[in-house]
Amino acid sequence: MSTAHNPGAKAPATMSTGKLAVAWALVGVPLAYGIYQTLTRVAALFG
Amino acid sequence: MGWLDRERTVAPPGFNRWLVPPAALAVHLCIGQAYATSVYKTALVKHFGASLTEIGVIFSIAIVMLGLSAAIMGTWVDRNGPRKAMFTSAMFWAGGFLIGSLGIFTQQLWLVYLGYGVVGGIGLGIGYISPVSTLIKWFPDRPGLATGMAIMGFGGGALIASPVSTALLKMYDPNSGAKDWVASGDAVGRLFLTLAVVYLAYMLFGAFTIKVPADGWKPAGFDPAKVKAAKLVTTENVSAKNAVKTRQFWLVWIALFCNVTAGIGILEQAAPMIQDFFRQSDGVSLVSAAVAAGFVGLLSIGNMAGRFAWSATSDVTGRKRIYMVYLGVGAVLYTVLALAGSTTTVLYVALAFVIISFYGGGFATVPAYLRDLFGTYQVGAIHGRLLTAWSAAGVAGPLIVNAFLDAQGKPGQLNAVSYQPALLTMVVLLVIGFLANLMVKPVDARFHEPRPDRGRTHEPAMEA
Repeated sequence: MSTAHNPGAKAPATMSTGKLAVAWALVGVPLAYGIYQTLTRVAALFG
Repeated sequence: MGWLDRERTVAPPGFNRWLVPPAALAVHLCIGQAYATSVYKTALVKHFGASLTEIGVIFSIAIVMLGLSAAIMGTWVDRNGPRKAMFTSAMFWAGGFLIGSLGIFTQQLWLVYLGYGVVGGIGLGIGYISPVSTLIKWFPDRPGLATGMAIMGFGGGALIASPVSTALLKMYDPNSGAKDWVASGDAVGRLFLTLAVVYLAYMLFGAFTIKVPADGWKPAGFDPAKVKAAKLVTTENVSAKNAVKTRQFWLVWIALFCNVTAGIGILEQAAPMIQDFFRQSDGVSLVSAAVAAGFVGLLSIGNMAGRFAWSATSDVTGRKRIYMVYLGVGAVLYTVLALAGSTTTVLYVALAFVIISFYGGGFATVPAYLRDLFGTYQVGAIHGRLLTAWSAAGVAGPLIVNAFLDAQGKPGQLNAVSYQPALLTMVVLLVIGFLANLMVKPVDARFHEPRPDRGRTHEPAMEA
């Protein structure tokens, strides 16, 4: 995982993995729900 | 409102750049609702006693405003940074729903035009371009992947909004269990209020999460010299004002216009088209309405997946080559679809899926293409101006398909042969786009922004 670093800046601060997980979950969970709902409709195509 | 200024959003040391894509997605997933308006279209027709066309105008105004606001506000977005742009977009988008709901509750259609169409449309345009240049700056090593992730959200937004809106309409309407139920206007008004609140919260999360990289920042291990090694990729910068004077801008405009027009041709007609392609001589289609709805869902997935997968692939292949695939392979697939698509449903579905993935890929790859040609300086503003190609294609695509189909017969009587003139016209368009893309070359040095070691005596003129 890449982290930002400024020229001349000190070592990167510890990144909160929790913050990253929450941010991705906030967008990932609804998206996964939408894809799942769509796939249930798509199933008719192959049923 | 100084807390929204660009200077206040510069990332501190240690900021993880992988927080930026979810911030961008939070905005794009919300504005992607624009493609889920069909959920309440019939309800609004009934509520206002209006025609389908009169209700369809709401969506058309929104898309026109998207193109206009992206083109006009692009420079403002680049100057003020992503946080202020996302915040503004959130206000307009949520405000559009609020005004729209007022129009529904008070039975005034013009207020829905003004709310969702004009005000919401401005939110769409600003929101669409708001994270693009920031993502490109955070991911100079993988710009296609970065913009693909965000613009995938615009495709994914409808996948979420559609089932959620249907569920909310059922919850808000006490008669939802009735046979042939159509949601009441009151239920749609409440849906608009709910969407306003939810979208506002999500977009503000995006606005307050996004940060811009500090000047001179680059990812660990990234060597700009390697990027420069690609022939079309520049380390120079071109302003938005000068970009539109270059031949390259208009060649990419044509390529995007042709790619989007061809894709919209299928998307607009997706459900009736698959039924018509497999209509038997007795007039009955082998494809039921439920199966056709499944096909539309599959195309939505293809559209979304193509945005991410093809755009990410362009980081490896280069932007010009991937556009050759979208337009060149697209033209071949369209030809096969027109001439042999009715042989089996599997072939038809597979061809349509890949074609639509190219359509989505074209949208997602174009910001990185612009970065390659014009640099990062005002790439957001240049992208905004390029999106007028989308607005133009939004008019041209349905116009071409509907004009040809009207000449072939009435809905319900059409078959695969009826679609051939429209589809083969799309093939011609794709070939034109392919040739335009083939002609793209590096931007002439006279359009590059001055540097301390290299001045410019006068503004460059429009390229012939």
